[in-house]
Amino acid sequence: MSADTDAASVGGPEDRPAGGVGLATSGASRPESPGAGPRRWLGDRIGSVEVLAALLILLIIFREPLAAALDTPRVQTWTTVFVSIMVQAVPFLIFGVLLSAVIAVFVPRSFWARALPRHPALAVPAASAAGVVLPGCECGSVPIAGSLIRRGVTPAAALAFLLAAPAVNPIVLTATAVAFPNNPGMVLARGLASLVVAMVMGWLWLRLGRTEWIRMPRRPELDDASRGRAFWGAVRHDVTHAGGFLVLGAMAAACINVLVPQRWLQTLADNPALSILALALLAVLLSLCSEADAFVAASLSQFSLTSRLVFLVVGPMVDLKLIAMQAGVFGRRFAFRFAPATFVVALSVAVVAGAVLL
Amino acid sequence: MNRQAQAVVLLLLGGAVLRASITDLYLRYVKEGLRPFLIAAGLLLVVAAIMTLWYELRPTRPGAPAHDDGVGHGHDGDDGSGHDHHEPRVGWLLILPVLGLLLVAPPALGSYAAEQTGTTLSAPRQSDYPPLPDGDPARVTVLDYAARALFDRGVSLGDRRVLLTGFIATGADNEPILARMVLSCCAADGRPVKLGLTGDVPAGLPNDSWVEVIGRYSDRIGRDPVNEAEIPYLEVESWRQVPAPKNQYD
Repeated sequence: MSADTDAASVGGPEDRPAGGVGLATSGASRPESPGAGPRRWLGDRIGSVEVLAALLILLIIFREPLAAALDTPRVQTWTTVFVSIMVQAVPFLIFGVLLSAVIAVFVPRSFWARALPRHPALAVPAASAAGVVLPGCECGSVPIAGSLIRRGVTPAAALAFLLAAPAVNPIVLTATAVAFPNNPGMVLARGLASLVVAMVMGWLWLRLGRTEWIRMPRRPELDDASRGRAFWGAVRHDVTHAGGFLVLGAMAAACINVLVPQRWLQTLADNPALSILALALLAVLLSLCSEADAFVAASLSQFSLTSRLVFLVVGPMVDLKLIAMQAGVFGRRFAFRFAPATFVVALSVAVVAGAVLL
Repeated sequence: MNRQAQAVVLLLLGGAVLRASITDLYLRYVKEGLRPFLIAAGLLLVVAAIMTLWYELRPTRPGAPAHDDGVGHGHDGDDGSGHDHHEPRVGWLLILPVLGLLLVAPPALGSYAAEQTGTTLSAPRQSDYPPLPDGDPARVTVLDYAARALFDRGVSLGDRRVLLTGFIATGADNEPILARMVLSCCAADGRPVKLGLTGDVPAGLPNDSWVEVIGRYSDRIGRDPVNEAEIPYLEVESWRQVPAPKNQYD
């Protein structure tokens, strides 16, 4: 994988004497080992553990004024929404991270060569179908897709999986059926449209995508001789990394939730074209979990069925927390191309599906 | 953020999730059904933290390769593109949910959220409603009452007395309304169900006070100024203030 070796060479030889490898034992877990450059922001003199401890002590001391500052209803609602997105997402994130660590450490590369069709154009639909079987949430599928690429799966197939897994799976489709008891066509339209989008994006990547857009961070711990160490290293890294970006996305979504008054939506609902665009954007901004968005779509009853289908197809594939996580796992150059393209494809496919099936 | 600090953050996050799911705190944010998954996730986070610390503090065998440069150069992989760092700096943000759960523990959504969002009732799941539960007054949820009053035009309610629990919020024309938030997944998708009140309307209560009202079906229908949806009314016979229930969502 060129991106991998590429990244690995950065920061490699210039400041790492090859002989020092076996020398610094994990007693060197204190970052101020002599080899590290002295130019770090948080300094190598003060380690992050010390910073963390100081931060926590300060927070406990200033707990009262902090709580008082959060006591206005708007800020309180923001905090509630933020915390609840995090609480809701944590189990899915952990599940995804564990699975991705298993893929990264225990599943041999040769497995993917055998499991997926050799030709990339055929691997795309196969990977989309695998996404259907696996119940997951978007927060979990990003690290899984990252692991797949790392293990040599063609990016097109991994990306198709990334899009299909949260959007079409048994849990999501059941939730949709429950939320739209009077429109059984909604389940079919959602499933088909999402699958088509995942495959189109995979094939689009084959034609237009460039490997250098994906910049996967270097992960030396994955090559560790001890499988246990590699596994827990991957779990630790993915939780802090993907989890950190999840926090970013959750904060953005909480802002939208508190700041965008629902009255605005009312005026948009009356115009068919505007309503489709409005719900597509709302899906991106709200960043709901794909297991929950059907109920929210059902409650937006002033909007047309097609525009609500757009909401359901776009939401699990492009939203603020996903963009943040993708930028973290695959790099910004990738995310800023992939997310808008997915948005356009999902919007058009859903409109067509709505016109035909609803 | 080096690996030990990451381990501490994971430990704190796992501890916060465990504490929230073992107490009833989690009910302010998510549905009851998520509890086992939250406990499992919290435990896994704690295990991940312990394993990280164990591998960090344990002396390595002299021959073991490849690992140590990761530590020594833990956070200086980002010489290149700026994002390609090995030890993620973004992990510092994970302190925020820990703070939110351990120090702040924000309350469940209340009247502010209810007033910002339009009342939510999706079209009926079935055309005829089952009879009310036994008892006088019959205990029903705000959601159930609203659906029967609106889509069944009160037929299944008849002349029965019903008992509902909800909180007070301000409706159109500054009149008090009875509301309850409904979750489908987490508080981010929380939507209010609102009831107008006639008869012995609870007076002098601040918003977010929880009340138990006993009343009968009223055929009066109002409109929610937020989304123009219909709001059914309840003819209140009596009411009393109650403490907030354990699960504040319907």
